[in-house]
Amino acid sequence: MNASPKDLTRAVPRVSALDAPSAPPSPAPAKISVRGLNFFYGATQALFDNSIEIPAGSVTAIIGPSGCGKSTHIRVYNRIFQLYREQRATGEVWIDGANVLAPGVDLIELRRRIGMIFQKPTPFPLSVHENLAYGLRMHYKMSRSELDGRIEGALRAAALWDEVRDKLHRPGTALSGGQQQRLCIARAIAVEPEVLLMDEPTSAIDPVATARIEELIAQLRERYTIVIVTHNMQQAARVSDFTAFFLSGRIVEFGATTDLFTNPKQKETENYVTGRFG
Amino acid sequence: MRRRPVWPRRLADAAVKAASVLAAALGLAMLAWILAVVLQRGASALNWRFITGMPVPPGAEGGGLANAIVGTFLVTLLACVIGVPIGMMAGVYLAEFGAGRTLAALVRFLVNVMIGVPSIIIGLFVYTIVVLPAGHFSGWAGGVALSLLILPVVARTTEDMLALVPNPLRESSLALGAPRWRTTLHIVFRAARSGLLTGVLLAVARISGETAPLLFTALNSPYWPRSLSGPTANLTVTIFNYAMSPYPNWQRAAWGASFLITLGVLALTVVSRALARERTR
Repeated sequence: MNASPKDLTRAVPRVSALDAPSAPPSPAPAKISVRGLNFFYGATQALFDNSIEIPAGSVTAIIGPSGCGKSTHIRVYNRIFQLYREQRATGEVWIDGANVLAPGVDLIELRRRIGMIFQKPTPFPLSVHENLAYGLRMHYKMSRSELDGRIEGALRAAALWDEVRDKLHRPGTALSGGQQQRLCIARAIAVEPEVLLMDEPTSAIDPVATARIEELIAQLRERYTIVIVTHNMQQAARVSDFTAFFLSGRIVEFGATTDLFTNPKQKETENYVTGRFG
Repeated sequence: MRRRPVWPRRLADAAVKAASVLAAALGLAMLAWILAVVLQRGASALNWRFITGMPVPPGAEGGGLANAIVGTFLVTLLACVIGVPIGMMAGVYLAEFGAGRTLAALVRFLVNVMIGVPSIIIGLFVYTIVVLPAGHFSGWAGGVALSLLILPVVARTTEDMLALVPNPLRESSLALGAPRWRTTLHIVFRAARSGLLTGVLLAVARISGETAPLLFTALNSPYWPRSLSGPTANLTVTIFNYAMSPYPNWQRAAWGASFLITLGVLALTVVSRALARERTR
């Protein structure tokens, strides 16, 4: 790689809805449509004019070197960044025809529809049962038996039921790391979201548990639109239908995963996926 | 290049080690001495009558400090009822909502100043704003004075304990659609539970030995604390009065009361340490 990082940043083309270099080859309508998204940590800009159309019912991977804005980008979708006063976003993120960055959006309903899984498993300091009941009770009124049924359903969907059926009233924090992460996935899907955002969900987990979670993602893709941030290119290749390559806060390339890995259109993408940097 | 000799480093090492061991031993010895004296003099004064009986006049044998034990308990309870909720809410504001705000910086500064205010000044303050307008000493005033002592301590430990809760845990709750208040109350408090309890217990242990603020507020009384509207019996001011008296049976009672307070503070500290250990596990 001859170009200095500075040159490289300048060479990155702007990707917008109008001149997307690689429009998704899928007929599926866009579930999430990002237009001209900029993001700031205080005075520092972290995302530059991001535009991307994420198709419904698919797995989209976001790859790129550390610090390129992958996590920052998906943290805009459910507006979780607003926990921090110094962070702000400009631009538009349309999900099912509504701009989530517009004022007056009901954050509670938005976040029910868009689940999020974090880098490190974050079981609540509650029992396994209560971990799932927390979100369910918040959004739905239901009888005790219906609640138990929904909890079992979510744990089954997260391929965790058989391992925890006898431990429902033990602390969620007592499970293994991989189990904790599947508990978090169960917790997210229990409230019936449409989109699942996963922020490097396997980076704190051992390889065997990682394989189980990747299997789980393959099963969940039928029911949810999944966006997964990963710094592991093999993982992106294994689990995703589409891949976006980020560099220095810009989207360099977006397309079908096989195309992006075998026939990248941008030089930077090629350098990254062939392991020449990052 | 000539090699530095090793012996000066060895000597310095040995000297520092010896000095620190000596300092630690000195501190521990003092503590052991205090405990030994209180135990020796206090334990002999302690019996069933002492805990259940009422005070007797100088010279008369027997008698106890049941009124002062109950009074101290009531005034401390009142202080907790007033001080703990306000202190905790202030701590929640500082940790959860105040990040980067000028008001929070100001509140934090005031909390730190308040922790450092000598307790006798708190006593005088409450004397001026409660005792003088009311025209008499009261247990209520004592509770208010102690609540002002406990409030900043609870605010600071609450802030510290909540700050230890990792942000991804808050984010997970918010990402499920939980509002901020529910996240704080159900998840963050839960995660910090034993730390918060430890903080409150240590704060209670601190105020249960305070004398100066009560001297100006609750004062003392030889009677049963039927209500908190008048001067209220309490252990610390009783120690102060009895220890200064020329009567041997009162002096013995003062040792007994000292022993009781020491025992109580020790119990609170041990319990809170055990809770803290459970948290780190």
